[in-house]
Amino acid sequence: MQNLEQLELQFQAKIDAEIKIEPKDWMPEAYRKTLIRQISQHAHSEIVGMLPEGNWITRAPSLRRKAVLLAKVQDEGGHGLYLYSAAETLGIDRDTLIHDLHSGKAKYSSIFNYPSLTWADMGAIGWLVDGAAIMNQVMLCRTSYGPYARAMVRICKEESFHQRQGYEIMLTLAQGSPEQKRMAQDALNRWWWPSLMMFGPPDSESTNSEASIKWKIKRMSNDELRQRFVDATVPQAELIGLKVPDKDLKWNEERGHYDFGALDWDEFWAVVKGNGPCNKERLEQRVKAYEDGAWVREAALAHAEKKKERAEKVGAVA
Amino acid sequence: MNPKDWPLWEVFIRSKQGLDHKHAGSLHAADAQMAIECARDVYTRRMEGVSIWVVESVHVHASSPDDAGSLFEPANDKVYRHPTFYDLPDEVKHM
Repeated sequence: MQNLEQLELQFQAKIDAEIKIEPKDWMPEAYRKTLIRQISQHAHSEIVGMLPEGNWITRAPSLRRKAVLLAKVQDEGGHGLYLYSAAETLGIDRDTLIHDLHSGKAKYSSIFNYPSLTWADMGAIGWLVDGAAIMNQVMLCRTSYGPYARAMVRICKEESFHQRQGYEIMLTLAQGSPEQKRMAQDALNRWWWPSLMMFGPPDSESTNSEASIKWKIKRMSNDELRQRFVDATVPQAELIGLKVPDKDLKWNEERGHYDFGALDWDEFWAVVKGNGPCNKERLEQRVKAYEDGAWVREAALAHAEKKKERAEKVGAVA
Repeated sequence: MNPKDWPLWEVFIRSKQGLDHKHAGSLHAADAQMAIECARDVYTRRMEGVSIWVVESVHVHASSPDDAGSLFEPANDKVYRHPTFYDLPDEVKHM
């Protein structure tokens, strides 16, 4: 029997050699736990993320926009499922994952605790929130855990339309009436900073980062990803005549990156701890949907059992 | 597993006629018919498939990673099973 230290060394050697870890392979408990936490948090974010957009499906301004928004929200349901399935390969069951979300033990992305007040928010969410998510997800396509990486590849393929449709909404509004343009600018003003916070706390304060990088769960730090997002997004705002709400934003020739203002980390932690504008409402909606669906889950199972019994009876007679 | 939970199914998709079914992922469903319908919604929203197989995950038997050495290493030293092992005159263009 190999001792723990040897197993850990072999594990790290596999990671260093870029060999993916698969469900039945030996892995350190902390690796398993980190992945369950991260993948389930990611799955919950997809599911809770359906709520702010679901809010606008019935009020989309045209049939085209409505069909697109429906498709996007349906994708997010699917993405949640890919991720729950990936988490389940680590030996935790779906029921526990859902229960942890409902009890508040598991987190989801704080961005979804902000309200979607106007139609322009559908543009800003697609462009900025999905844009920020994509930065993170593209990196995760190369994560060391096989089922997570495969789920991410599938998600990234589907996600790119999400950002493009959002940007198209912003573009249309920005070229519209002065009132529509104001609406687009207002949405950018409200979603810009929370989008930057999606990358998590600064590297100097991030407790999970170091091990995650060593295990190649993550390959870039929170601050690196945030910078990459700012660099990609600022020119997109300029192109459609919108102004990023940051007086300190400035191109830094020497660094080859944009410098940007300090984030309000007090707000970040307040929202994480449950005091954002919509935390309570979002969770209540999730719990209600789950409880209201209980009879469907039970009925489907009862129906399946009845069909099976009948098939067995027919088989016995024949 | 809670007895009230739907069982887990593995989903295999044939992306077009002539190709193999390939593992796409897994999902929970009450029975096979529902698993196929859910797989349709989850894995073929962008015309990724023309045929779906579902198998209850408990029926999948897998080799153990601990046995990978004894199972697969014997193939390591049998390079003569590959066509490139054989030296042929250059004049033979295609064989």
